[in-house]
Amino acid sequence: MTHGKRRLNVAVILGVVALTLLPWYRIDGGFFGFGWLAGFPLSSEAAPGLVQIVSHGRLWLAVVVLLLLAAGAMRGIADPMRRGGVLAWVGGIGVLFLSLQGLAIGFSGWTWTLSESLFGALPNGQPAMGAGAVLSAIVFVLLFAFGLAERGVMKGDAFVIASIALLAFLVTVFVFYPIGSMFIGAVQDFDGSFNPDNFIRNMQDPGIWSLGCLTGGARCGVAWRTLWLAIMTGLGSTLLGLAFALVATRTRFPFKKGLRLLTILPIITPPFVIGLALTLLFGRAGVVTEGLSYLFGIEPGRWLYGLTGIWIAQVLSFTPISFLVLIGVVEGVSPSMEEASQTLRADRWRTFWRVSLPLMKPGLANAFLIGFIESMADFGNPLVLGGSHGVLSTEIFFAVVGSQNDPSRAAVLALVLLCFTLSAFLAQRFWLSGKNFATVTGKGDSGAHIALPRGLSIGVHAIVIPWMIFTLVVYGMILVGGFVKTWGLDNSLTLDHYARAFSVSFENGSIAWTGVAWNSFWTTMEISLISAPLTAAVGLLTAYIIVRQKFAGRNLFEFALMMSFAIPGTVIGVSYIMAFNLPPLELTGSALILIACFVFRNMPVGVRGGVAAMSQIDKSLDEASLTLGADSFRTVRKIILPLLRPAITAALVYSFVRAITSISAVIFLVSAEYNMATSYIVGLVENGEYGVAIAYSSMLILVMISVIAGFQLAVGERRLRRENRVAGIGNNGTLPLGQEKTA
Amino acid sequence: MITVKAGSVTFQNVAKSFGAFTAIPDLSLTIEPGTLVTLLGPSGCGKTTTLRMLAGLEHPNSGRILIGGQDVTMLPANERDVSMVFQSYALFPHMSSLENVAYGLQSSGLGKKEAREKAEEGLKLVGLAGMGQRLPAELSGGQQQRVAVARALVLEPQVLLLDEPLSNLDARLRRRVRTEIRELQQRLGFTAVYVTHDQDEALAVSDRIVVMKDGQIAQSGAPRELYEAPASPFIADFMGEANVLPCEVIRWEAGEALVRVSDVEHQVYSVQARTGAAKLAVRPGSIKIGNANGPGLKGRVLHSAYLGGHVEYEVETDVGTLFVIDHDFDEAHPASSDVTLAFKKRGIALIPA
Repeated sequence: MTHGKRRLNVAVILGVVALTLLPWYRIDGGFFGFGWLAGFPLSSEAAPGLVQIVSHGRLWLAVVVLLLLAAGAMRGIADPMRRGGVLAWVGGIGVLFLSLQGLAIGFSGWTWTLSESLFGALPNGQPAMGAGAVLSAIVFVLLFAFGLAERGVMKGDAFVIASIALLAFLVTVFVFYPIGSMFIGAVQDFDGSFNPDNFIRNMQDPGIWSLGCLTGGARCGVAWRTLWLAIMTGLGSTLLGLAFALVATRTRFPFKKGLRLLTILPIITPPFVIGLALTLLFGRAGVVTEGLSYLFGIEPGRWLYGLTGIWIAQVLSFTPISFLVLIGVVEGVSPSMEEASQTLRADRWRTFWRVSLPLMKPGLANAFLIGFIESMADFGNPLVLGGSHGVLSTEIFFAVVGSQNDPSRAAVLALVLLCFTLSAFLAQRFWLSGKNFATVTGKGDSGAHIALPRGLSIGVHAIVIPWMIFTLVVYGMILVGGFVKTWGLDNSLTLDHYARAFSVSFENGSIAWTGVAWNSFWTTMEISLISAPLTAAVGLLTAYIIVRQKFAGRNLFEFALMMSFAIPGTVIGVSYIMAFNLPPLELTGSALILIACFVFRNMPVGVRGGVAAMSQIDKSLDEASLTLGADSFRTVRKIILPLLRPAITAALVYSFVRAITSISAVIFLVSAEYNMATSYIVGLVENGEYGVAIAYSSMLILVMISVIAGFQLAVGERRLRRENRVAGIGNNGTLPLGQEKTA
Repeated sequence: MITVKAGSVTFQNVAKSFGAFTAIPDLSLTIEPGTLVTLLGPSGCGKTTTLRMLAGLEHPNSGRILIGGQDVTMLPANERDVSMVFQSYALFPHMSSLENVAYGLQSSGLGKKEAREKAEEGLKLVGLAGMGQRLPAELSGGQQQRVAVARALVLEPQVLLLDEPLSNLDARLRRRVRTEIRELQQRLGFTAVYVTHDQDEALAVSDRIVVMKDGQIAQSGAPRELYEAPASPFIADFMGEANVLPCEVIRWEAGEALVRVSDVEHQVYSVQARTGAAKLAVRPGSIKIGNANGPGLKGRVLHSAYLGGHVEYEVETDVGTLFVIDHDFDEAHPASSDVTLAFKKRGIALIPA
């Protein structure tokens, strides 16, 4: 097997590079600054692994060298089964050893007292892993995969095994390791020893669990308030979403196209913007509040700042999502069911209540759970509107950044939040799966949906039209708000806010970005542009593996990936700063941590889109390619990727836009050097600079609209069919861009 | 020029299961170089699994597979010297027919220019010269099918695999394309393994037919052998419809047996037979239906249907309900009328008990 030899050679060469040519440890100035070249290869900071062993006393790294030598020696063994077995062992042990030594040996020696008593004190510790260490970890993962490939696992397909192994490795490092270290951190003392006191104290905190509001006492605990809010938001957005879906599909409403446009709003709206606009309407100095006070003498109140306000903002934000989900459900009810009901002498009202609605029930439950999870995870609106009545996500934030700085409390709150969202996720996954009545059978289902009963039709219109107007007003506020001097006090129009944020001046023939927003704006663009293709690549590769490959643990693999979608951004943010602040992996303050966060938070969307698109590509196309002598890498490149172009576009656009709008995790991870637009805007809001904040937000929305439109125009179409000359029918037959459904 | 090096195929005690379901319990089969062998059977009989194992798209749980004498059991699909025509054709929709045909050539390391030249030749071979620039969607069903064949053949495989290649064509086209495939196979002399569930197709194209049932070989042989000397009632019924009746062999000599069905005696061709109980497979067209007072089995018509060229009957007799096709009729016998059934000389086969 010459293939096997060549693969092995490449892996071993990479391993040698990792040990000799790259600095083993993290470079303070950043690897890509290339400042380390000055001290290379002898200084303690920049030395590669081999030099670290010889001259800097990091003797334990010799294990890595020995393992690589063993792998290199395997080239001589002819029997693929034996060679594969040894390689798999070498790779597995290598990954395990690197992780263990990284966790066990910190800056100043052993981090665990157990290992110190076993092996004796170390003369010196080690900083966080750098390029060399990371590359050698990847080499070990590859060796493991190649070993299994030679033993004939997955029909001997090295590309597939290596992909699975790398994905599993990355998900472990960037999803499970942070979550795990957050919970370990919760039961640790400052010096790292086991001490559950803080954990127990926080767990029993009445501020979290009190049921005081029911007995007429003080407020309820934050956990119950969050749960209550999530249930109400789920109900509200589901009902409204259903009303919208019914109007869009079962009535002769004249603005159906406009309704569909609503669905892209949540994608392009940074999450706190709705809250901001509501403040401008109903806050103490808001337009409506002032108007009412002027006309009727109603005292301006602070009712908006609390659960009510958050609820309104969340229902506004998530109704479009639920609409998008329910439109599929409502259309999925087979018209022939309804026609059958009518021929059985049921009138429209009875048909709706006894046939259509029951068939939609699982879909409704699904929409409710999505609203529930979104509300739980929402951070922007509660931050802007919450005031002192916070919810779990904001409490976590204040536990970390506020004066209390209590990581153990943050971990406990995160655990509670995670329990809620994961239960909802599990319910959605197991209770609802297999209960779907949406009747897409593949048989041609002719017939049209019947119209709604008259009374119901009037009812849904009465809900939908005012809410639509309300939404328009809210978005109008966002656009107008940036041009108003000071809300409530001085309502004259001005361009000052835009000038302050985005001014540009020409000095000495070059452009100077003098506006306050430019810095964070360019950082946001840069990081989003880097993370979008990575997200799409990781997501689609995962989709390919889930749809096309059968392997033990595939369901678990898929489940773990999808579960990371149910982890609220706040939890991810907290866990990232807890996990990546100290060796073995030190990423805080870098652009890398933001990119990693975006890739692994947004990847499930790419996976979902990829799975949907790939299920539509007949499997025999892959098989044909294989029997024509192409390996699976070539098959992916030449057959699957070209056919997936719409899905790729959607994944790219979506991950780009989500990177721009996300706030919950980002706010923990930004630094002075790498500040993102959203967290900068939140900072403006906290300083009371609403005008600039709104101006910046509307600018972001405009950028995202133009990006989406640009992408659609540039690569939106897939041509599989030219004009059919034989039949002489002028059929241009292009397929529209697959619409990305959010959830 | 497309030349082939026909290879043999051997399955040695191959077993394959999917989870708890055993698709192939134990299969041994040898295919001679240069022949066209059909795997025939009802759906779920394991014929497609057998083909896919040969292609390398499934790997057996145990046993060995050899192609051209080389053990390929653990070899992945892309390293085997076979190529396959898929039921759905699996033409890559984003590539022109020429690119489709050239794809495999380029995968096996041929330069772009040579691959194109050879692909042109392949298209010419199947009568599609000059259609190379069309996308699959711009071709008719029959043309797509030919592109799929060309794409597989230009790789000059030791064995060509065809998975129900005609099932997406309409009946008239099917007859023409199967003739073309057979003609091409005989002209180039490649080994072909052909999967189908249609016995007409199998009879028309094969050198040898392997009938499968429940993952095992029920019978294998030349088309005529299977049709005229079925080894079991299943084969008799599957290779063209048959009424299977209980009978008794009275004596056998010189390739003819005297059998008794109910109270009627009849002479039937048979290579060999033992006296005693046996079964008789009677093709519906081999029964002559006559008036109540004629010779043969007595029966009563349950249903009769006039179908233009022939009349179909269901006739109830002592030995069961018989399905009869009468091509030579003046007046159809109406339902409920009494008739007699006489057996013709041809189309009757004796099945050993």
